[in-house]
Amino acid sequence: MTTQTTQPDLLYSEEEEALRSALRDLLADHCDPAGVLARVESDTPHDRALWKALAEGMGLAGLLVPESLGGQGASHREAAVVLEELGRAVAPVPYLTSAVVATEALLACAGDEAKRLLRELASGRTVGALAVGLSAGPDGAYGVVRQEDGALHGELTAVADATAADVLLVPAEDGGLYAVDAHAVTVTPQVSLDLTRPVATVTFDGAAGRRLTDDARSAVRRALRAGAGLLASEQLGVADWCLTETVRYLKDRKQFNRPVGGFQALKHRLAQVWLEVVNLRAAARNAADTLATGSEDAAIAVAVAEAYAAPVAVHAAEEALQLHGGIGMTWEHPVHLYLKRAKADSIAYGTAGGHRAELAELVGLRPPA
Amino acid sequence: MTDAAELRERTRELLAAHPPATIGRRDFLEARFDAGLAWVHYPEGLGGLGAPRSLQAVVDAELEAAGAPDNDPRRIGIGLGMAAPTILRFGTDEQKRRYLRPLWVGEEVWCQLFSEPGAGSDLAALGTRAVRDDGGDWVVNGQKVWTSSAHVARWAILIARTDPDMPKHQGITYFICDMTDPGVEVRPLRQVTGEAEFNEVFLTGVRIPDSRRLGEIGDGWRVAQTTLMNERVSIGGMRIPREGGMIGALARTWRERPELRTHDLHQRLLTLWVEAEVARLTGERLRQQLSAGQPGPEGSGMKLAFARLNQEISGMEVELLGEEGLVYDDWTMRRPELVDFTGREAGYRYLRSKGNSIEGGTSEVLLNIVAERVLGLPAEPRTDKDVAWKDLSR
Repeated sequence: MTTQTTQPDLLYSEEEEALRSALRDLLADHCDPAGVLARVESDTPHDRALWKALAEGMGLAGLLVPESLGGQGASHREAAVVLEELGRAVAPVPYLTSAVVATEALLACAGDEAKRLLRELASGRTVGALAVGLSAGPDGAYGVVRQEDGALHGELTAVADATAADVLLVPAEDGGLYAVDAHAVTVTPQVSLDLTRPVATVTFDGAAGRRLTDDARSAVRRALRAGAGLLASEQLGVADWCLTETVRYLKDRKQFNRPVGGFQALKHRLAQVWLEVVNLRAAARNAADTLATGSEDAAIAVAVAEAYAAPVAVHAAEEALQLHGGIGMTWEHPVHLYLKRAKADSIAYGTAGGHRAELAELVGLRPPA
Repeated sequence: MTDAAELRERTRELLAAHPPATIGRRDFLEARFDAGLAWVHYPEGLGGLGAPRSLQAVVDAELEAAGAPDNDPRRIGIGLGMAAPTILRFGTDEQKRRYLRPLWVGEEVWCQLFSEPGAGSDLAALGTRAVRDDGGDWVVNGQKVWTSSAHVARWAILIARTDPDMPKHQGITYFICDMTDPGVEVRPLRQVTGEAEFNEVFLTGVRIPDSRRLGEIGDGWRVAQTTLMNERVSIGGMRIPREGGMIGALARTWRERPELRTHDLHQRLLTLWVEAEVARLTGERLRQQLSAGQPGPEGSGMKLAFARLNQEISGMEVELLGEEGLVYDDWTMRRPELVDFTGREAGYRYLRSKGNSIEGGTSEVLLNIVAERVLGLPAEPRTDKDVAWKDLSR
């Protein structure tokens, strides 16, 4: 059994709370549910203006990038706070995919091309995407393309935020990871369950790739582990919005001459969701803190957070829909955006079951022979 | 203002003047109480120095390093955790002087006479009657239940109905009851595990002098809130390591007995392991919030989570054991002084943990508390608020 060496800091610092508050104000002004709903069915599902405000206005795209490469030199703790707030708003911006996952993949690569791309991603002027299907977990299998004389051939599916990306980080059959400009490939949007984080098929027909590392496996694993660990904070934001909004609505909604929120059957269900959100907060902070400190406990912390977070976010969203009654079933009400995000998140970067299987190895609770 | 350095110095002076190696345990504890180092946040003269509560850790660390005896806090938990804070807040000077010192040193054990067969979740509906006689004494008749330590206790904190014509919350008065008085009868209450941790207490014509009333007549419900609030504070203060508690026992069995494993149980094990780890992290986060001076409402959920987890984990362990799960270690009616939830075998743990969602507030009531006090949802419509106690249905 692995023992923890130091106690993780599970609280939010004053600076983290200030960051949250500034971001929440920005999102309240620029990312209301009605606006998100209108946008996701348009030709530009990603909110470029919001991305610009986050990246250039607040410098958030470079939180994980060292200052020497033009980033903020902050940590996963701050990035987790950003994702909580973006989750709460189901904001259609490529933050998790570019500022966390693609950035982490590049941080695992040593050369000048990786450094150049990190600088661009940190500024937010370039959006990156790891060309690995969104369902792949840190230790799972993923698709690769063929490399012939520096040109890439093949097709990858369910690549999240690929339609917003300027550069793709592509693992190839030869074990290398390549940077490919988006205009050199064909990106075809798939009809996505989660309209706020759309997935796409990427087709490589002899696209030129710049080799970033010989060890794509390690870079991808690092990227997906950070992605999974911080996804828990996004799921916390999603669940927290669902709980808060449902409580607010049930205090107001009256049937049988009483506020519906006064019925014990419903109160117990909401209290249960609250308990789960409280637990998820501790698990998500633990994952973010262990990633930030490079703790040897990080793999366990991430697997625990994701095994717990996925069902909690889905449960909170499902309860939100049910407890809203008829209005919750309409396209007009934003609860479906949260349900779709929560459900897609439950597959993203590995399912809860996949993370539990990983834990079985990590903590020595092995299956029957 | 007493600071850490001064407390450390005072503790060293105590240890020098009363070396624990050479004097008896009781003498040492009394000297510690008199030096104000028992509970430093209590007032001077009552075992404390009026210092911040957080500084107690400084004293405890010094004493532990010196190998000094403690007052066996688990044995006198009800006195320390519930009776003492209530006496401190509502007691007369004379009551504080009389009761707090023997309570803290462990000379006098306390128990709590609150719950009744007819008043569990609805404690305020209690029916034990206290009637004042011509001499000014109170005469008490009734039955209390689920009383731990009653068979070893010298004193009890007791709430009884003094005015049945008032609505139920208003006609209650809080007393200190002498458990050695005539008319106090303690019977063991055997529970589903076979043992008897608790008692039933029958009160028949028990006379309590008015000097042992705590707080005003009719104000007992408010006084009892102090007692119950402190009960919640004293739960869940410990730091638990990963795989601490029941999940540790289950994980050990899983690792040591590969022949018992099935795929179905493997999935349940991992789900429970994750939930236990997350509950542990939530407890850790709560502790960090408290020490940073940001107490949140998160504590309300801890008991709910642990009750369910203890039940599911121990229930799974019985199943995992297969044929061995058909066997129980011992049905003998024993009267354990201390309860160790993980001390016996899986079958015992399974049965004992069934009480975790009932004792100290049922899970159903706790969910109401979360819904109303944390989430601010409306209370159920009430039919008992403005009705005289004597007119309530029962």
